[in-house]
Parts: sequence; C-alpha cells; structure tokens
Amino acid sequence: MTRTVISVRELTKRFGDFTAVDRISFDVREGEIFGFLGANGAGKTTAMRMLCGLSYPTSGSGTVDGFDIMRDGEKIKRRIGYMSQRFSLYDDLTVRENIRLYGGIYGLGRRQTQERMEELLRRLDFMSERDTLVGSLPLGWKQKLAFSVATLHRPGVVFLDEPTGGVDPLTRRQFWEMIYEAAAGGTTVFVTTHYMDEAEYCSRVSIMADGRIRALDTPAALKREFGAATMDDVFRKIAREAKRI
Amino acid sequence: MKGFASFVKKEILHILRDRRTMLIVLLMPAVLMLLFGFAISTEVNNIDVAAVVPKRSEEVRKALERISNNPYFTYKGTVSQMDAESCLRSGFADAVVVFAPDFGVPAEARTDRRPKVQIMFDASNSNDAQTGEWYLRGVLAGESLAAAMPETRMLYNPQMKSAYNFVPGIMGLIFILICAIMTSVSIVREKENGTMEVLLVSPVRPLRIILAKMIPYFLLSCINLATIMLLARFALGMPMAGSAAGTVGLSMLYVVLALALGLFISTIADKQATALIISAMLMLLPVIMLSGMIFPIENMPEILQFVSCFIPARWYIDGLRKLMIEGLPFAEVMKEFLILLAMTAAIMAMSLKKFNDKLE
Repeated sequence: MTRTVISVRELTKRFGDFTAVDRISFDVREGEIFGFLGANGAGKTTAMRMLCGLSYPTSGSGTVDGFDIMRDGEKIKRRIGYMSQRFSLYDDLTVRENIRLYGGIYGLGRRQTQERMEELLRRLDFMSERDTLVGSLPLGWKQKLAFSVATLHRPGVVFLDEPTGGVDPLTRRQFWEMIYEAAAGGTTVFVTTHYMDEAEYCSRVSIMADGRIRALDTPAALKREFGAATMDDVFRKIAREAKRI
Repeated sequence: MKGFASFVKKEILHILRDRRTMLIVLLMPAVLMLLFGFAISTEVNNIDVAAVVPKRSEEVRKALERISNNPYFTYKGTVSQMDAESCLRSGFADAVVVFAPDFGVPAEARTDRRPKVQIMFDASNSNDAQTGEWYLRGVLAGESLAAAMPETRMLYNPQMKSAYNFVPGIMGLIFILICAIMTSVSIVREKENGTMEVLLVSPVRPLRIILAKMIPYFLLSCINLATIMLLARFALGMPMAGSAAGTVGLSMLYVVLALALGLFISTIADKQATALIISAMLMLLPVIMLSGMIFPIENMPEILQFVSCFIPARWYIDGLRKLMIEGLPFAEVMKEFLILLAMTAAIMAMSLKKFNDKLE
C-alpha cells in the first residue's frame, strides 16, 4: 500500500486521574477502511476527537494527512470529513439547503457546490426529494445523505462515528457499499462501530479496551490469532478481560 | 467569510422554519405592551362607594355629587349606619363614607372636635384600598379644604399613567427573553442534536459559529424595538421626550448584553430544557423582581438593593426612564450606558473563555 494518512504515537488523554486514552500508537494507510472498535467507554470516541481536532492530547503525537494534530488542527479540519453517531444534518432545512450549507462551510464556491450537489443527488437518486425537509426523510436516507455531505468537499480522510446506529440491515448494507466506493476513490475511511459484521468489511481493525489498543490487524489475521470463528468472538474475548466497561 | 455567510443564512432559515416561535417572538412585545398598557394597570377604577348620611345638608349633597361625578367612583347610594359594615362585607360597596351630622359646619361653630367624616374601606386588597383612599380623600377635601392641601405636581407623568412605568420594564424583559433564552436554546439544541460537533470539526472558527447565531436574533430584536417604540409613542401616548437615537443606542447595547448572557447559559447547559430553566430562574425572575420594573428598588432591604446592582435590567430600565419619560439627553444616561457596557464586556469575555475551555 501507499502513503500513511493517519499516524499516531503514544497518544494519551487524561481527564484528572482518569486516563481515557492510554499511549495508543497506530498507522492508517491511504484508501484503507480502518475499523476502530471497542466497548462503550473504551476510549474510542476520545481518541477520535483528538484526531479531528476537537480536543488536545495530554501527551503523545500524531499526524492526519501530514499535519500535526497539536499544531495544525485548523489545517486538518479542512482535509477531513466527519459524520457523528447522532444524525448530523439539520432536520428543519431541506436536502438542498443542507448541502449548500456544508458547501459554504468548507469553502466550496457557489458553482462547485451546485455541480457537486447535482451529482450527489443523482447518485443517491434523491432528485425528487431535493426540496424535502430532511426531518421527514426515513433514517436510512438521512444517513446516506449525511455521509455524502460529509464527503462533499472530497476530504482525504473521513471519520465516521458509529454511522449505522439504529439503521435496518438492508440500509446498513447499502451504506457500506457507499463506504467501499469512497475508499475505492482513494478516501481513507476511519470508522467506529458496534456491529461486528461491519468489522468484517474493514481492511484492518483495531480493538480498544481500557484506553489501550489490544489488537490491530486484518479481520482474518485477528480471527486466526484469537482462535475465533467470527469477529464477534474476537471482540468478546478482548472485552471480557477489560476492567472498565 | 463565505462560510460565515452561509451560517447566518442557516440561522435565519432555522428561525423562519419555526413559524410558531417566530410568531410568538414578533407578537409577544406587542401583546405585552397592550396588556400592560391597557389591561393591567396600577390605577384603581370602578370603586363602589356608599354613604351614611345622618343629616342632609348642602355640604353633604355637594360632596356626594363630587363622588358620583368622579370617573374613578361609582356612587351606590346611601345606607344606614348599621348596614355600613355589612355592605362592605357583602361586596355591595368597596368604601363607605360616613358623614358626621355636623359635616360642613364651619369649625368655629362646632361644639366638639370629632372628625366630620369617616372613610371605611374594604382593605382586603391593601393596594386598591390605599390608592382608593387617596382618591376619596382628595374628592372629599373638595373646595373647602383645597387651600389647606399642598399643591402637588407630578412631573414627567402628570396623570400617573402606569403604562409609562411599564414600557421600560417590558423592554427590559423582552430583550432578555428573546435574546438570552432563544440564543441559549438554539446553541444548546445543536449540542443536543449532535450538529454542534459537526460544526466544530469543520474549518469554521467557533467564534464565527457563535456570532452567526447571534446576528438573526439581533435583527429580530431590532424589529421588536421598533414595534415597542412605535406602540409606546402612538398607542400608549408615551412622550418619548428624550432622544430616540439614545433609546435605540442604549437598547442595542442591552440586546448585545442579553445575547452574551444567552451564550453564557449555553456553555453551562447541555439540554434545551436546562437552558430554559436556567434562563427563566436566573434571568426572568430577577428582572421582574429586582430590576425596579414592578417593585421600587428604594423600598427593598439593603441587601436586595445591593443585589439589584448586578441585574443589567435595572440599569437599562433606569436609563430608559430617563430617556423616554424624563426626556433627558443621552449624556445623562452615560453612567447606565457605561455600567451596561462593562457588564457586556465581562459576560462576553467569561462566556467566550468558557466556550473555548469546553473545546479544550
């Protein structure tokens, strides 16, 4: 594989006495789908927030798309896309208004926004819904739209924080097809999830427990290493040893 | 800057989409003004008065005539001495005027020094009773005693219209309501929905996000300010004696202060409901109770007078009274203006610091 897009060394975040993220190190390569797994409270969200420039690490270092997370947070923000576990578009704006807003936020010109919007609407087959309030769309549609909007400015890396929570299996499947498409187009995908079948779709998976990375490899290699038939079993074995859940 | 413009547009769309809230925000000032101006007033009207007349005389007739001609009183007729109390109790009358048999007889011709007239008032509502008693006293004093009464001139509000008193108070209330409550709720709503995180991950600077939130509410407040001033001038007949520009200037400052307060609340609260409760408890109550809007500050215990110094609305309302009612030039409210300016700067600095701390 090619270039390293995310590189993290000994990254640590402490809140008072509590060490949320404890000296984690890993690399993510360009075009990879990197699964970032862990039970609730294992520290994944905190780690992800540091990578996105939402919080500063207590110690350690890291780069995203070549920029230092300590010093160049603002430059990183321009190069990444983000979609949170909670739905991240505005319910009281229409599909087009939402897309235009994000175009504006990421500094796309009017014409560029217009072009990408039309392309996006066609790809998602949303043309007929372009003036519908997002709030009245079904959840699965919203999530697909949110993903497309998060990649509207063609970011090098897109961070997805439990993007498929509460979505039906069919839509999840379609959602992952979109992720594959984005990755094939060279976008690196950094995704957290609680669904172990989704972990199987990732190029590589890391599993966190108690603020540390306990395992990191391709799904196939992890299953071999832990003598497990599925990713679900791998996850259970690691989670069982964890102290804080 | 492009990001900023699309942000402001988004905020305006949020407000426009929420028709009901927008309507409330735009109509509330007008409704409050008309309510306070016409319906709720501290003037006492329609006082039912009965009289006990043991002996008819020219003076008694004149006094009763004055009572029945007075717009504040409704004359209900005479009752016997024995019924006087029961007609207060039954609600037939709010006040009974008991004339002495020698009412109107000149002092030098009288044999005893008993008061010539007694007023019995239903004081179950002490405010009404007090005000009504003053009216009655004045009416009974009539011409014969006029010479002995001090001549009082009520400056700036000669008719003692309560609307004059309420308009500055309503303004103090409305801007806090719209700016502080609505901004805080709208910022906290984004936190609750998770959209705030998406905005913070974006390259738009947090300060811009906040500013963009404030602008539409600032504009809404300007519309409200215009509504209030027009209603005060043309519907309530306020003098607006001072400089209108001064009133507008002071109000703008107060609006910015209220916006800063809203931002401050949003940094403390994580839920829309919390934001609402904090705003209501921390702002509405003090504004109503401690700003001098309803209860005069001078009558408060010293500790509360001290507390009221920290209520921005107190200074704003004070300044407005000077500008709108007394008609003083803007230079006379410099003190209020500077105090509000200092408060705005302090709140703004505090909330921006807290806002940035939250981001770490």
